[in-house]
Amino acid sequence: MSQETTIDARNTFCPGPLMELITYMKQANVGDTLELLSTDAGTASDVPEWARKVGHEMLSSENRDGVWHLRIRKAK
Amino acid sequence: MRILIVGGGTGGTIVANNLARRLAGEIRHGGVRITMLSASDRHMYQPGLLYVAFGQMMPDELYRKQQSLLESSIELHIDPVEEFLLDQKRVKTAGGHTHEYDILVIATGSRIVPEEIPGLAEGGETFYSEAGAVKMFKALRAFQEGTVAVVVGVPHKCPIAPIEVTFALHDYFTSRGIRDKVEIKYHYPIGRIHTIENVAKWALPEFERMGIRYETLFNLKEVDAKKQIVYSEEGTETDYDLLVAIPPHRGMEVIERQALGTGGWIPTDRRQLKMEGHDDVYVVGDTTNLPVSKTGSAAHFEAEVIAQNIASEVKIGAPVCEYDGKVYCFIETGYDSATYAMFNYENPPELKAPNKAMHWFKTSYNKMYWTSVRGLL
Repeated sequence: MSQETTIDARNTFCPGPLMELITYMKQANVGDTLELLSTDAGTASDVPEWARKVGHEMLSSENRDGVWHLRIRKAK
Repeated sequence: MRILIVGGGTGGTIVANNLARRLAGEIRHGGVRITMLSASDRHMYQPGLLYVAFGQMMPDELYRKQQSLLESSIELHIDPVEEFLLDQKRVKTAGGHTHEYDILVIATGSRIVPEEIPGLAEGGETFYSEAGAVKMFKALRAFQEGTVAVVVGVPHKCPIAPIEVTFALHDYFTSRGIRDKVEIKYHYPIGRIHTIENVAKWALPEFERMGIRYETLFNLKEVDAKKQIVYSEEGTETDYDLLVAIPPHRGMEVIERQALGTGGWIPTDRRQLKMEGHDDVYVVGDTTNLPVSKTGSAAHFEAEVIAQNIASEVKIGAPVCEYDGKVYCFIETGYDSATYAMFNYENPPELKAPNKAMHWFKTSYNKMYWTSVRGLL
């Protein structure tokens, strides 16, 4: 049974949103979905680039009231 | 009021000492009792391990007796917790004892797990333990020429360590007069050379000036110790003659075994520092799942907030302050210069130019830590 987990990385500079995502991705099972919340402008491009390179699936990316919501499915 | 602190690292020790002072009257009159359960009778100054790896400190300089760091009113037991019975407000220890509490502080910290990366323990040097730091120094000392690869596991304690060890490697080989025979290759998990944008912006020209090569988006997948190759999750590989690794970390086994938090990290309210769903349980330092640096500095500032709030709960029945995400990190930029990064949830760090004075301040802090952890600084 796949799970969906939200990672609240808003207003964080270290270790930062992508590093948080990588941490949670290591803990997740294949098929799980992670939703990353971030206020860092770079997240919108950094996360898809990493996901593409590793081979995870970007499901969605949108900015709501200044907060990026990125949903990624663990594919491997 | 029984206050139980589980863990005798930086966070737990500062909470205990700060509380003992704030509640000295209540303790004297028998209304409050502070008990600490620690896994070790020795307290290690962990940032000193980097210096041990470069022969600049000896291992015995890193330790003090835990009892010697605590206010005399604190009851210390060297007896790690085996079981947290949060619904019953008690814990069971390895020694078979049960301790009941009214307020619990979990400060169990984190541990390195190089075994999560196949081949890393066999092929890599690391300075995140005393034995590892000494072994790394001997490997550096024996190294005459070739490629040194720096790789970084996720998550890891002390996020500035990858940069610091890289600068230290440059200065170490320069001081031995063999820098021209050593290639340093730095690998980092995200798309720039440090997670803090201002650190990355500052360090990049320094890397170029020092001739340090780098590769970003490099997450450790596997090490082939025989072929001396590291493979990344991103599908790239790098060869090495000496591998220096920042190992991945997890929270302590007891936290995972008790299902208190995935990866051993306990879900924690980022401002109140209470365990989610448990009003009588505080979490401090590496043990939290907070999106802040796993450093002694974060633990220190969190501990002050926790101690202040527990004391005010005892005195007026309510907490009085919140953690704002404050972290202050020294950044050693080589053998004789340093700078620092200070930030919180709202304000990113603004880096100052490295200088010798800040390096000597850090060198002094290596001794002042023992005052700091006593809650005096």
